[in-house]
Amino acid sequence: MHNDHEILLLKGNEAIAHAAIRYGYDGFFGYPITPQSEILETLALLRPWETTGMVVLQSESEVASINMIYAGGSTGKCVLTSSSSVGISLMQEVIPYMAISEVPALIVSVQRGGPGLGTIQPSQSDYTQAVYGGGNGDYHNIVLAPCSVQESCDMVGLAKELMMKWRTPVIILSDGSIGQMMEKCTLPPYTPRRTDEEIRQQCPWAVNGLGIKSRKPNVVTSLELDQAFMEKRNKALQEKYKQIENTEVRAEYYLTDDAETVIVAFGSAARISMGAIDILREQGHKIGLLRPITLWPFPNNEVLELSKRAKRILVVELNEGQMLRDVEWASQFSCPIDFIGHSGGVIMTPDEIVEKICSIAK
Amino acid sequence: MDEKIIKSPENIVYQKPRLMNDNTMHYCPGCGHSIVHKLVAEIIDEMQMQDQTIGVCPVGCAVFAYRYLDIDWIEAPHGRAPSCASATKRLWPNHLVFTYQGDGDLACIGTGETIHALNRGENITIIFINNAIYGMTGGQMAPTTLMGMKTSTCPYGRQADLHGFPLKISDIAATLEGTCYVTRQAVNTVGNIARTKKAIRQAFENSLQGRGSSLVEIVSTCSAGWKMSPEQSNKWLAENMLPYYPLGDLKKL
Ligand SMILES: Cc1ncc(C[n+]2csc(CCOP(=O)(O)OP(=O)(O)O)c2C)c(N)n1
Ligand code: SF4
Ligand SMILES: [Mg+2]
Repeated sequence: MHNDHEILLLKGNEAIAHAAIRYGYDGFFGYPITPQSEILETLALLRPWETTGMVVLQSESEVASINMIYAGGSTGKCVLTSSSSVGISLMQEVIPYMAISEVPALIVSVQRGGPGLGTIQPSQSDYTQAVYGGGNGDYHNIVLAPCSVQESCDMVGLAKELMMKWRTPVIILSDGSIGQMMEKCTLPPYTPRRTDEEIRQQCPWAVNGLGIKSRKPNVVTSLELDQAFMEKRNKALQEKYKQIENTEVRAEYYLTDDAETVIVAFGSAARISMGAIDILREQGHKIGLLRPITLWPFPNNEVLELSKRAKRILVVELNEGQMLRDVEWASQFSCPIDFIGHSGGVIMTPDEIVEKICSIAK
Repeated sequence: MDEKIIKSPENIVYQKPRLMNDNTMHYCPGCGHSIVHKLVAEIIDEMQMQDQTIGVCPVGCAVFAYRYLDIDWIEAPHGRAPSCASATKRLWPNHLVFTYQGDGDLACIGTGETIHALNRGENITIIFINNAIYGMTGGQMAPTTLMGMKTSTCPYGRQADLHGFPLKISDIAATLEGTCYVTRQAVNTVGNIARTKKAIRQAFENSLQGRGSSLVEIVSTCSAGWKMSPEQSNKWLAENMLPYYPLGDLKKL
């Protein structure tokens, strides 16, 4: 285990497994489902429990997985799970428990075509599920959308920082194409896992035994019988969300400086859009891309600013128009907004986007 | 006699366990939960494990166990305590990790989590309060409700064709390779309370020594759900529950 950067040719899913070990995660708990099983498989192959001491467990269901990371996060450990669409649906039971109890944990969602079992091909149709939440109550998750294998890897590190800083569940919203495609990936050096003593110091709220200094008992619970007190907890949570919205928005701009047409797309749709933009630029079109990296908090100001400058916006998604609503709202309809999308596992080609642009930007 | 002498340590024959705080308990008079809480508090203290114990509460009447015992607690979603405990123990292998669950929680909505945690041989203890009813939600039928027994959702009595049969989940647990100790106890008499205490202690020792999963079923009363006085409940338990759920060790390695 040489402690250095390492450059490997990896699938997005494999990169996430390597990154979890190298960023010093304490545990992974997951259940097989295509197209994300390589995460658990890679971890099983790498046997981190023999090197960094990271726990890896194949659970009996996604319901069990999410409860395992709920508990693991409650004890102050840095834990993750991964799944895809229908599996993420099962996890919706517990994500609100984590949100209101302020439990840090990472959920990797490698989307496939839906609804229901759908297909095992790539899709972005779980945007709403991740960003608006399929669970109960007033809550949000921080949602990070990678568009490459490298970014999948890096976001495992970013997610660790964010979830510990804000004590909140973080979702990496990947998809079947980013999870399965192979690219060069620079893996980070190994960060040692925190010692139990460091965890106690960093997470004085965590449930991990009273310790030798015998502090007061800690309890992680979402239950509150007093409705006034429950509302107080809710208000405090909303306050935290405001701070996150003010400080954690991330977005990438690609050739937007002089752009008359701005594509807004995330994840693999953004990758495809970049290909289309390169073709269109050669043809003389003034076109660029805004790529939301955080889907929640959403880059509202960035969208608004561009929509005031641009002649038109095209939203490109691998779904039937889910982020579209957020773009419309953020833009305050300052310019016309068009949409092109595929769903059910069908991926669009750059040519389709080129054609669309040519038809609307005449 | 002077009060100081009466209260001197050598004269104390009975006292509230040190780990039990003064919060007013919400349990009904005669409820088995409060007795078991006291035993758990005593045992953790006797084992001097207060600083290294993590309890997992269920959804059920014991949801508020964390209000009464001064240890660290995670409140699990309904039925999911064994998953919570599995991860907790694996991440904190030197800690004493236990769940405390009712029959609806453990043997109905959480059957999958229970069986798989036990089958993996997680080094945890599951304390299982079988009162044959959903106490917290107002007395509905549980997986453990006896044949013919009346509840609010089987008001004419449990019948096989409508409701199936009472589940003996401990018998299933005893067949699993991962369990090292499966026992069924009760807290309806002083003698049974003492035996229950021994059983929980044994289970906790197993968990700490890494011997596999332990399940301690405790046949209990729910006077409110059964619509009986505490005294009648104890009698009913002995006459009806114990013949179907006989006491004793089902497995001890
Ligand atoms: C997902 C979910 N479904 C249903 C409930 C409602 N509920 C709360 S407690 C309970 C039954 C508890 O019965 P049991 O486990 O036997 O515990 P007891 O109160 O008898 O000790 C139910 C159904 C819930 N809280 N969560
Ligand atoms: S309802 Fe039943 S189980 Fe709940 S506290 Fe009352 S007696 Fe105990
Ligand atoms: Mg019950």
